[in-house]
Amino acid sequence: MAEKVMAKGTEAIAEAAVRAGCRLYFGYPITPQSELTEYMARRMPEKDINGVFLQAESEVAAVNMIYGAGCTGHRVMTSTSSPGFSLMQEGMSYIAGAELPSVFVNVVRGGPGLGDIQPGQCDYFQATKGGGHGDYRLVVYGPESLQEAVELTFKSFDIADKYRTPVLILADGLLGQMMEPVEFPEFNDPKSFADHSGWAMRGTDMKRKPNLVSSFNIDPNGLEEMNHRYQEKYRKIVENEQMFEEYMTEDADYIIVAYGTMGRIAKSVAKEAREKGIKTGVFRPITLWPFPYEPLAKLADKSKMFFAVEMSAGQMVEDVRLAVNGKKPVEFYGRTGGIVPTPNEILSKFMELI
Amino acid sequence: MPYIDKMKGPHALSGKEFTYCPGCHHGIIHRLVAEVIDELGIEGQTMMVAPVGCSVFAYEFFNVDGTVAAHGRAPAVATGIKRAMPDKVVFTYQGDGDLAAIGTAEIIHAANRGEKLTSIFVNNAIYGMTGGQMAPTTLVGMKTTTSPYGRKIENEGQPIHVAEVIKELRGVAYLERTKVDTPQDVIKTKAAIKKAFMAQINGLGFGMVEILSTCPTNWGLSPVESLKWLEENMVPEFPLGVFVDKVGDAK
Repeated sequence: MAEKVMAKGTEAIAEAAVRAGCRLYFGYPITPQSELTEYMARRMPEKDINGVFLQAESEVAAVNMIYGAGCTGHRVMTSTSSPGFSLMQEGMSYIAGAELPSVFVNVVRGGPGLGDIQPGQCDYFQATKGGGHGDYRLVVYGPESLQEAVELTFKSFDIADKYRTPVLILADGLLGQMMEPVEFPEFNDPKSFADHSGWAMRGTDMKRKPNLVSSFNIDPNGLEEMNHRYQEKYRKIVENEQMFEEYMTEDADYIIVAYGTMGRIAKSVAKEAREKGIKTGVFRPITLWPFPYEPLAKLADKSKMFFAVEMSAGQMVEDVRLAVNGKKPVEFYGRTGGIVPTPNEILSKFMELI
Repeated sequence: MPYIDKMKGPHALSGKEFTYCPGCHHGIIHRLVAEVIDELGIEGQTMMVAPVGCSVFAYEFFNVDGTVAAHGRAPAVATGIKRAMPDKVVFTYQGDGDLAAIGTAEIIHAANRGEKLTSIFVNNAIYGMTGGQMAPTTLVGMKTTTSPYGRKIENEGQPIHVAEVIKELRGVAYLERTKVDTPQDVIKTKAAIKKAFMAQINGLGFGMVEILSTCPTNWGLSPVESLKWLEENMVPEFPLGVFVDKVGDAK
């Protein structure tokens, strides 16, 4: 780890990707993440990086460039914000079906429709339940800080390689636009990357049979076999890749469940609640898919109530309810429209509920 | 050359049997592309992107690494491949529904960027795989399952002339419209395909050949009648010729 530097969220994510070994970036400008695209436009052509930056004609084209570059098995990334991510869903489905390692960033803003450009968490369903057609999943990380965003972005490329899967960093406009000190990891050694030569499109050199990469199989049995393979992979991811943080949950009567920016705010709320003598903790899922159902379910045995807080009308709360499974009440508070609730606002709602 | 060798398929074809209807021109065009790959000695370096449409299986018919893109997106997918591996040869193979309707943005911008790609564009004025619906290239008055009373100018507009649109883009290094309904045209088309690959190999820019083709099944004509229909109706609508040639005659 190097010294701490002051960085903007979108730019910190971009630099983390470069250090992770990403040398192919395709994107289309959209607020509030255009700085990420701009950073890559500056960074990729630099002599020591020697990467590819290409501004696509649309998010539709961008995601298909990711598909193409992903077919070669090299580290590739795009970034966008909510409306752009909607446009990418067709391509995401193809990428998941063709099992192409790739990293996506969605800096979520207020929706639906054109919405606004303020922070939101209203794309949770789209990110975690499959925004495109077909049975597929993305590995979805929800960082709470720029440091965590850097670390998760860095990790995303390894996860994408390991499982041959698209990985999504689900940030929000606040994380994207804020500045705070971060430590960047050292550059990855490309020699350490997974060997994709067995399946990737790189030309046969007349030495092997052609590698065909696709999500296509006209034979129903063949397609079901492919689906079984996807599901087996997802099962492994569920088993091995769940991440979450428990904050002051050991003796907590009340558990606030929140992710990303709201997870960070929830910790302030829990601290203030404890100052009032109310034993409160925070459960913060870091992987939104796979959602850490079991660790959360365990808390249901000893806590009195769960309180999900989101910048949405209530999306992650459905996973909280699945985890808690009726054992304890699950309450919800959310703001929409791109409004970030304050700790005091959440606290007063919380006090009403207990 | 002994007759038996002459009749052998090009090495760049995988040998998998084509799935195309009798009288369809995809088979001829596949073979021409493969012969060009053989003659240029680029098989080991070539990668292809198949479309959605009748030629959705095209990537299984060639002896090169391949993929199939989402409908219309082949030029964007090919761009991603080429940018990742700029020393390789990448081509798309697309029909008129794929390239000239849903994929209009992708083909125009790939051509305009001067992507070092080759696009083989097969124009048969109809949607084949979905069963004979109107294409952007369907002729005025032509009956299809979605223009059962004939294409009307006031409702659907006139057929789009892809080559004439693409020729205005300055990233284009080779562009020709051909047909393959006579032996002479087959020879001409092969030369055009070769040049469209040379445009890419020589780093000059984007190369494309629009090839007028038949669809006997969905036109409701026999293969022989289809050839006549193509000559009498498609050729006057879509004039043949070289639109852009920055490759020149030198090999």
